Amino acid sequence: MSALPGGSAAAAGSAAATNPQPPGRSSSGYDTGELQTIVAARSLAGKRSCFIGVGRPSTAALLARMVHNPELVLVYESGTIGAKPFRVPLSIGDGELAQTADFVVSVPEMFNYWIGPGRVQVAFLGAAQVDRHANLNSTVIGEYAHPRTRLPGAGGAPEIATGCAEVVVIAPHGKRTFVEQLDFVTTRGDHTTLVITDLGVLEPRDGELTLTTLHPGVTAEQVQDATGWELRVADSLAVSPEPTDHELAALRELVSR
Amino acid sequence: MAQLVSLPQAITEAVRDGDSVALEGFTHLIPFAAGHELLRQGRRELELIRMTPDLLYDQMIGVGAARKLVFSYGGNPGVGSLHRFRDVVEHGWPNPIELEEHSHAGMANRYAAGASKLPFMVMRGYAGTDLVAHTNVKEIICPFTGERLTAVPALNPDVAIVHAQEADHDGNVQLWGIPGVQKEAVLAASRSVVTVERIVDRLEPRPGGVVIPGWEIDFVAHAPGGSQPSYALDVTERDNDFYREWDVISRDRERFLAWMDANVIGKVAA
Repeated sequence: MSALPGGSAAAAGSAAATNPQPPGRSSSGYDTGELQTIVAARSLAGKRSCFIGVGRPSTAALLARMVHNPELVLVYESGTIGAKPFRVPLSIGDGELAQTADFVVSVPEMFNYWIGPGRVQVAFLGAAQVDRHANLNSTVIGEYAHPRTRLPGAGGAPEIATGCAEVVVIAPHGKRTFVEQLDFVTTRGDHTTLVITDLGVLEPRDGELTLTTLHPGVTAEQVQDATGWELRVADSLAVSPEPTDHELAALRELVSR
Repeated sequence: MAQLVSLPQAITEAVRDGDSVALEGFTHLIPFAAGHELLRQGRRELELIRMTPDLLYDQMIGVGAARKLVFSYGGNPGVGSLHRFRDVVEHGWPNPIELEEHSHAGMANRYAAGASKLPFMVMRGYAGTDLVAHTNVKEIICPFTGERLTAVPALNPDVAIVHAQEADHDGNVQLWGIPGVQKEAVLAASRSVVTVERIVDRLEPRPGGVVIPGWEIDFVAHAPGGSQPSYALDVTERDNDFYREWDVISRDRERFLAWMDANVIGKVAA
């Protein structure tokens, strides 16, 4: 684990604890989604490489390269290694990823040579459901044979989650997502180091996700109310530092490109 | 040796009703024109194989051309659901289909086994997930170390169809950018069709270029723009707006069918 400043949200100071704000848009003018992205970006300080999918993880990883870690190697499952996109890509296979990559490999090479043996340090993953062991479901809601909602499926997640040493899950915090029992185990949570939500940060302690950090203005009760099991809470809760002007300006400039 | 033919002729000669067909291209170089020609020719009862079904298979299963789907990620990348795929799985519309799903690593290794003409490939994965109970993999013990591993069976489709930037007059093909599993799919299949943006007198080798020799391909067809709304790097751009628009078009059955009729089924190949 990195000990660099800002290397982990959980390690951050709690100066902001004296300035609580309600969730949502705060008086300092950022929303919880922006904060979640900024906290995720901070977690990549000092890391060598990160495997990312589309959406918020991609935005967070590009922000990390702008603010915390210009040398961070971005790996997309389409085979682009060392991609340096100027804009947040819509898909994991946008042309800019191939054009800016250090090198591009086939899908078999990506999984067999790079992901499987653990050559990519961190992975950012999302999911429709997360359980207390950070196992993930991205396959179905309901029964497999007769699902209420058919989700996209595994994609690269199962092998990414076991290949990469550190897995960071990025998900919205609510009882539909943080469930007692997954409808389907798509991906195992053994390597998960952080779960970053719009309310705070969970980390595994003895194999069970534990609330370790609250975002500014959020209470542990709010997090429990948004979690579908009896949530373990760390004895000493940290508070995520407020976004700096530099982080917010960089994020907004990035998404406006 | 590859024959240079029209796209309709390539599809007519290569694909029959009931075939297992892999139209590959990982976000990049998706062979939309060839898939649409399959639908215009009314091919039915297909086993459709593709890592990422994407909009193309949403269209093909939505008009009822498939009996089975073999895949690893059925979403609209960066946008959300594939609504026709969901409707088939959740409601059996327009016809129920069999699903066989894997992880990306599993599918990639299945193609690699197929291209190698080996019965299976070995990997770490699947263990401890619910995928094992719902798909076609087996545990295997390494004869050297005793490690428990997962065997995934070879994929050998009846037909592979891919798109590339260019071919020469002998049907040698070169593609570059994100290479996906196209080479593996072509080498794994019994028959193959490659559509290309342009026919050139000589292939100029490119850094990172993937060459598939004409003697491993059955049919090459000139289909400029043939991967739109996906793209061919350095030739066309991904139409991200259309990927977003598809979310709206495909939500409603009637609107979807009307769109397919106007833009695919009723259209003549260029």
